[in-house]
Amino acid sequence: MRESLETVENLYGSCPVPQSQYDRVLLGHGSGGQLTNDLIRRVFVPAFDNEVLSALEDQATVELAGRHNGMKGPRISFTTDSFVVRPIFFPGGDIGRLAVHGTVNDLAVGGARPLCLSAAFILEEGLPLADLKRIVASMRQACDEAEVTLVCGDTKVVDRGKGDQIFITTSGIGIMPDGLSLSIKFARPGDRVLVSGTMGDHGITIMSVREGIEFETQLESDSASLNTLTQAMLKACPTIRCMRDPTRGGLASVLNELATASDVGVEIDERAIPVRPEVRGACEMLGLDPLYVANEGKLIAVAPPEDADRLLAAMRSHPQGGAAAIIGTIVAQHQGMVILHSAIGGERVVTMLSGEQLPRIC
Amino acid sequence: MKYLDEYRDSEAAGKLTAAIAKTVTRPWTIMEVCGGQTHTIVKYGLDRVLPESLELVHGPGCPVCVTSLETIDKAHAIASRPNVIFCSFGDMLRVPGSRGDLLQLKSQGSDVRIVYSPLDAVNLAAANPNRQVVFFAIGFETTAPPNAMAVWQAKRRGLANFSLLVSHVLVPPAMTAILSAPGNRVQGFLGPGHVCTVMGCTEYEPIAKRFQVPVVITGFEPIDMLEGVLRCVQQLEQGKAEVENQYSRAVRQEGNLPAKKLLEEVFEVCDRKWRGVGSIPQSGYRLRPAFRDHDAERIFEVENVNTQESKVCISGQILQGLKKPHQCPAFGKECTPQSPLGATMVSAEGACAAYYAYGRHLAGNGAKPRTREAVLEHA
Repeated sequence: MRESLETVENLYGSCPVPQSQYDRVLLGHGSGGQLTNDLIRRVFVPAFDNEVLSALEDQATVELAGRHNGMKGPRISFTTDSFVVRPIFFPGGDIGRLAVHGTVNDLAVGGARPLCLSAAFILEEGLPLADLKRIVASMRQACDEAEVTLVCGDTKVVDRGKGDQIFITTSGIGIMPDGLSLSIKFARPGDRVLVSGTMGDHGITIMSVREGIEFETQLESDSASLNTLTQAMLKACPTIRCMRDPTRGGLASVLNELATASDVGVEIDERAIPVRPEVRGACEMLGLDPLYVANEGKLIAVAPPEDADRLLAAMRSHPQGGAAAIIGTIVAQHQGMVILHSAIGGERVVTMLSGEQLPRIC
Repeated sequence: MKYLDEYRDSEAAGKLTAAIAKTVTRPWTIMEVCGGQTHTIVKYGLDRVLPESLELVHGPGCPVCVTSLETIDKAHAIASRPNVIFCSFGDMLRVPGSRGDLLQLKSQGSDVRIVYSPLDAVNLAAANPNRQVVFFAIGFETTAPPNAMAVWQAKRRGLANFSLLVSHVLVPPAMTAILSAPGNRVQGFLGPGHVCTVMGCTEYEPIAKRFQVPVVITGFEPIDMLEGVLRCVQQLEQGKAEVENQYSRAVRQEGNLPAKKLLEEVFEVCDRKWRGVGSIPQSGYRLRPAFRDHDAERIFEVENVNTQESKVCISGQILQGLKKPHQCPAFGKECTPQSPLGATMVSAEGACAAYYAYGRHLAGNGAKPRTREAVLEHA
């Protein structure tokens, strides 16, 4: 491999990655990896063609026009997210909690204070009402914990077999504090990369309870609202460049998006990335990589080097950041790429997943 | 975690790499046979910690990579039948055949499912008596026993709606083919650890002797691999050509006797086409006549499907270590991980996919990433 490295260099300048060959939607288009990215960049962004959407942040920040009592209009943070998960009840949560947490977190990682949510339910004919009540009660509890109010909603029912029990879409509005601006474009060489806790808990929990995979595990989903954590972090370290929650596609996808958006390189240390032994074990068995597995109650943050330790301390003193760690550094080299330094001193490129992460045969 | 951490220990790795560097006095080319071993090399960046003069060539042991286009086309033809539930291990689904991959077929409405064990497919057949359940039985001697068990059980349970599309391949004939090729560069092998847990070590002895190559049967963790490399270069430097067993915690000399007995009962050796390489005599398994009622090729009449491989793709030469991915005219152009021509671009550990990632890496500004210490200079 080594001898050829110089010669491959010029292959990419003249040759863009070809269009994906698929002419239908595949499950991989929902993986959060390269195919999802293609769909967003080729179908949605050009269709709506505006600056806010094109920024591809987890939330849109819009400034309300006009003046109120002589003051400038407030900045509103707005986001939406759909939830399709099987099974709908799983250790550590359910689709309802997930739907609240997901939207609250998309607002929170942008620096906003979440205020209110909407929820739209697509219900499959035959869903037990008891299940629906249980989901709704758990959404209410999640709202209370996150200090948000669910203020409007919608319900549709589809024929049996045309949905998977229940799909939930939540949208949320939050208030952006004055002067605060976080963006995935703001990472600078020298900055540190932090994570708030162990990676892969949610995805492996779901996989372990899904049909077809049988192993015993004590693992629970990490599904949680991150808004009190993000507020504590911003208070301790107002210089944070950006935060993201590594949901589907996992840590690897978020770091790749960061590297591309900020036009920087990212270097991470495998040994510094917190992963539970159960998750590692399950990933070993299934041939999956925890870097690509979904989280629902974790975030990554980028901060200037001089503030990173203070930020880390603030995260660790919060109940949701006990296992927080500095996992890497932003560099000026290899822009757009994420390099992982392995436990034994080698290195590899951590790429975006092409489609779904498929269990390996060997 | 026990059984993992001690084989991924950086101190032990450092000692082994130092010992390798001290042992090597001239260039050597070693082939790691298994896809799983290639995966470890890529995942841990092992090739970056070895001496420059030591070249690791990725061997033909990725079961996904070597499955012939023709077999994938057969799978495609079977899976597109209306009454079929087609089951496979996950990473086969994205391998392109000449009419697209199985994931595309799924998006068009075919019932294609990922299973984690062939026995799950047998249970599916029991639960769906009115449908045909087909399991895609690919891979080396490692995956052959569970597949044999699946069809053996299906027969015993009278599940006439269960069948196997068999495309099993065998390691020793492939190694022989590589060593017999006119341009062969391989001087030593890291032998296939998991294949040998089933088959044992003895069938590699004639190869080591005939071609005068060391074969070190090696495990899959970084420390295993480094130790395998060390033992292999020690033999090379001393002019030896023996079969050694580095993976002794899993591999016994005689292999797994009950598994071998089952293989003998269910399968017979046959000629087999390898993707990009062509037909290798006596290099595969097919079902014995006693199991012909569970042979998907026969049931769905796809025996005569015949497919030409891509003319541009050189994955066959790459799998044999004769050429490097960037020497392929399609590399990075028509052929990328998003739209692969050959299977070596499909799976993450395929040689072409690995080159693609590293090529992009250097295309930035040519700078090498800093050392690990610098990454976390204050952590």
